[in-house]
This record gives sequence, C-alpha cells and structure tokens, in this order.
Amino acid sequence: MGRATHVGAPTPQATRKGKPPWRHTLRVLTRNRLVLAGIAIAVLMLFAAIFAGLIAPYDPVAQQASDSLHSPSWQHWFGTDRFGRDVLSRTIYGSRISMWVGFASVSIAVSVGTLLGLASGYFGGWVDNVISRIMDVFFSFPAMLLAIAIAAMLGPGMNNALLAIAIVYSPLFSRVVRGPVLAERNKEYIDAARMIGASNLRLVGLHLLPNVLPPIIVQASVTLSHAILMESYVSFLGLGTQPPQASWGSMLNEGRAFLEAAPWISVFPGVAVMLAVLAFNLLGDGLRDVLDPRLRSV
Amino acid sequence: MFRYLIARLLSLIPTLVGVSLLVFLLVRLIPGTIVEQMLGAEAQVTEELLARLRAFFGLDQPIQVQYAHWLAQAVRGNLGVSWQVGMPVLQMILARLQVTAELTLGAMLVALLVGIPFGIISAIKENTALDHVIRIASLFSLSMPIFWQAAMMILMLSVWFRWAPVGYVDLAADPAANVRQMILPWIVLGTAVAATLMRMTRSCLLEVMRQDYIRTARAKGLRERVVIWSHALKNAMIPVITVAGVQVGYLLGGAVVTEEVFTLPGIGRLVLWAIYQRDYPLVQGTVLFIAVAFALTNLAVDAIYGYLDPRIRYTRRGPVTGG
Repeated sequence: MGRATHVGAPTPQATRKGKPPWRHTLRVLTRNRLVLAGIAIAVLMLFAAIFAGLIAPYDPVAQQASDSLHSPSWQHWFGTDRFGRDVLSRTIYGSRISMWVGFASVSIAVSVGTLLGLASGYFGGWVDNVISRIMDVFFSFPAMLLAIAIAAMLGPGMNNALLAIAIVYSPLFSRVVRGPVLAERNKEYIDAARMIGASNLRLVGLHLLPNVLPPIIVQASVTLSHAILMESYVSFLGLGTQPPQASWGSMLNEGRAFLEAAPWISVFPGVAVMLAVLAFNLLGDGLRDVLDPRLRSV
Repeated sequence: MFRYLIARLLSLIPTLVGVSLLVFLLVRLIPGTIVEQMLGAEAQVTEELLARLRAFFGLDQPIQVQYAHWLAQAVRGNLGVSWQVGMPVLQMILARLQVTAELTLGAMLVALLVGIPFGIISAIKENTALDHVIRIASLFSLSMPIFWQAAMMILMLSVWFRWAPVGYVDLAADPAANVRQMILPWIVLGTAVAATLMRMTRSCLLEVMRQDYIRTARAKGLRERVVIWSHALKNAMIPVITVAGVQVGYLLGGAVVTEEVFTLPGIGRLVLWAIYQRDYPLVQGTVLFIAVAFALTNLAVDAIYGYLDPRIRYTRRGPVTGG
C-alpha cells in the first residue's frame, strides 16, 4: 500500500463521434474479465453493506454464551466468536464500516486534495510553493504510521479513523491534480476563455477541472482499496472502530487469541478485507487502462 | 553530482522543519492538555498543582516558544524523557533500532529477490498463462493485510509443524535462531513490496522492449537473452530503484504492525506501546525518528537515481516520495 502509486496526466479519450465518453469507458472496462470480476466483487460488497440488516442472519452484537466458539455449521456458516456472536453476520456488518470509512475518507481526500491541487497549479507562485511544501511534509511520513498516529491522537473511534485516513491521502490528490493543471493553464483555450472575461472560478471549475478528472477517478479507485486496508489496520490495532461494533480489523484483532482454537474468527474477515481491496485494485487497474493508456502495460 | 546532492540536502531542511512541526502539533490534537491526559478524568488535584504541572512541562508558555524549545532540544539529539519508563527517548529508540533495521532490510531483500525476477519473467512471457498467474498472485499479495497474512502463516506452521515463530533472538547471540525467527516477518512484510516491484519491473521492461534501440539490437542479430540482460534491463531498472526506495516508507509503516503481530521488540512496537500508554514524549520522539529516517532514505535513493541517470540531475528536483 502506498501513496506513491499515483497516476499520470490525463490523455484524450478516443470516443466515437456522438457517443458519450463514459460509454466507451464502460465498454472497454467490461471487456477485461479481471476488471469484471473486480466490479462484481465491489458491487457485492456494496450490496452487503447497504442491505446488511436484511441479509445478516443474526444480530451482529447479540451475545449467546452457550454458542461460544462454535465451528462453522449449517446454523452458523462462519462459526461463532468467544461471545457466541455469529461471525457471518459480523462479517456482513463489517462491510458497512469498511465501505463507509473507505468511501467517506476518499471523498474527503478527493475534495480537499483536488481543491489544493487546483489552487496550487492554477495560481502558481507563492500559493503553489506553500501548498507544495506542506504536501512534501505529509509525504515525508510513512502513510500507515501517520494514519496510526493521527487516529491515536484524535482518540479511538470509527470517525476519527476516517478523518485520519482522509488527512493521509489528501496530499496524494493534490499532487495528482497539480501536474495536469500546470500543463493545461497556459494553453490557448484557457487564454481564450480568460480574454472573453471568464472568472478564475469559471476557468478552474469549467475548463481545468474536467481535464484533470480522469487521473482523479483512477487514483480514487486505487486509494479506496488503500483506505479499506488502512481502516482494517487502524481497527486491528484498537484505534479505529470500537467493540462491540463489528469491523473486519477489530474482528481480526479479537480472533488473534483464538487462532488455533477457533481459526474461523480470523479467516473470514481477513478474506473479506482481501476481496474488497482486490476488487478496487482491479477496478483501479481497469480504469487506468482506459483513462490513462500510457500505463496500460503495468 | 556534488551540486545536485547539496541542492537536494538543502531542500530537505524546510521539509524536516515541517515534519518536526507536524509531529509537535500531533500531540496537541489530543483533547485537553497533556497534564490533564496524564492525570485522568477522575484525578482530584488543586488548580495550583495543575498550574505547577503545566509550568513543569512548559505548557504555560506560548505554543511557538514551546515548539522552538522542543526543536532546539531535538536537534541536539534530546527527544525528551519517557513518562512511563523515565529513560531518554533517543536511548530507547536506539536500543530497538537493530530489530527494526533487520526487519526492514530483510523484507526489502525478500521483495527484491522475489519482485524483480518475477517481474522480468512476467514481461518476457507477456500474455502467457505464466504471466497471468504471476500478475494475479501479485494482486492478491497487494490486497492481503499484513496481520492477516501473518496470522494465517503462523496458523499453518503451528498446525503442520508445531512451530510458532513469535519472539526475537538477538542476531549476535544466536544468528541461526535469529534467522529462523525473522524469516516469517521478512516474508510477510516483504511480499506486498515484492508485488509492487514485480508490477513496476514488468511495466518498465515492457516499455523499454518496445523502444527503437531494442529493435535495432534484435535487427543486429543479437540473441534475445543479450538484448534483455545487456540492453533492456539496465534502463528498465532505473525507475524500479526509485519505487524500491519509496517502498521503504511502506516497510517502516508496515513494521509497526509486523512487529506487533510477531512480538518483535522494534521501534514500530515501541510507537504502539507509547500510544497505548499515552507516553507523549515517546510518541513524538519515535514518530519523528521514523519520519527523519524515511526522509534520509529518500535522499539516498535520489542520490542513486541521480548517479544512474544523469538527466535527473539537471531536470528534476527529486522523485515523488510517500509510503
């Protein structure tokens, strides 16, 4: 997992005349079987997160002492934990936390990072200098260490973990946006728009932003996988989602003590994290192939 | 080259000042002051005692004065004293440095030994079954949380071989036992980086293989092995080195979790212990130490990159960093 895996500048899309670019994107995406698998898993995860209340067979926090540490069976497909809680239900509810933290933290990071990157690239000069130096400082920390430290200082909890992850990934989007904006801002169409009286806000919002959207979309998909992984790390260390709430990271932490006696407590949430991360990695790879063909061979 | 290095070194100074400021402010994110956190919510103390404690920790001074004082001490190597242990923070860090260095270097070695050869094989056998298997395996490796991978490996070893490689034996005391204990942490921490290096090696090699000079080399009648090893690989490896350097950040961050899972007494575990114990001078000191180590590693990678590719010395300020 790394913040450094950022994508390059946008490239023009070859679309057939009259057809919207998203159709071309979707067509190319669905042609790749691995990407299709990624989309299918991601949709499944989102479905589980949204309808957890309907599909989970048991209450994820309801304790049943007599059912403690039961191995997988027809009654409890993924077994039970030491409090007799159904691991399948907790894994399904865990997707809600992972998806929420992932999407919310990446949304914040995209918003903050894009604004900073646009300001940095468009205004240049001292604005660019100040923002770039601050971003350099954030890049000087290993991402995982910074997220752990911020989450710890803000205090344990899901929302603080979310905020910590958003802070860690914002500089990445700033850097992804700044480069293309720097390249675009002196082009003729920007000068032309400026000459007919377009305001800074209009120039940035209407002309520059659409040109930096492809790398933002690709980066967001890849960062989503990192954010889900990061949430699991922070919760595993006891600094994110707190018991009795079910999160994949905290479930894995609880399962550590019963690794030999009840491995199912650790196996299933771990597989869930891996599948979720894999899904968004595959999607990110596919989107990059379509939106940034220069990196297609990666 | 010398001028390039000096310029990079000078550009590091404002970044390090920023790093120190962020670490300093990090502890100020805690609700209330350090003194209140130390005493806890139920402590029965007079206002006078509170004021004296704040003065003792320098908290009665303006924040910029506190920072200047802390930075001046840190530059001299004084990172404060641990509240829980009463030992100088730097001394505690240095006592654990060997374990973390051994873990990260070993993991990097695993990553290089696995990632680069598989990346080369994957590129040479592009679009074959072997290429697909390697690429899918690398994606799985990137998607696995360190602690889960560690737990599954420990589980398999303990079930099949009745062996639980948890704990640490000093390298100097018993090298063989040390390697036996460290091999699993190296593999666990190194595989995700290996996957990144594999993907990077593959993509760089494929890009180089499509260039004109490779076509010329083939047209001259050179054997494919010579084309790959003598012509393509040299150029393809330059960006891979930068990525390997950047991955040191991932290794340092991942060391926190790996040391916790394998109960290795390194700096990563010390950070966590300091966080759990709310030992703020120790949190500040360890986080600052790791960030500075990471920044210096990036500088070293930059120097190697500048040495290998002379164009870099004249055209860019340095590679993208971040773990």
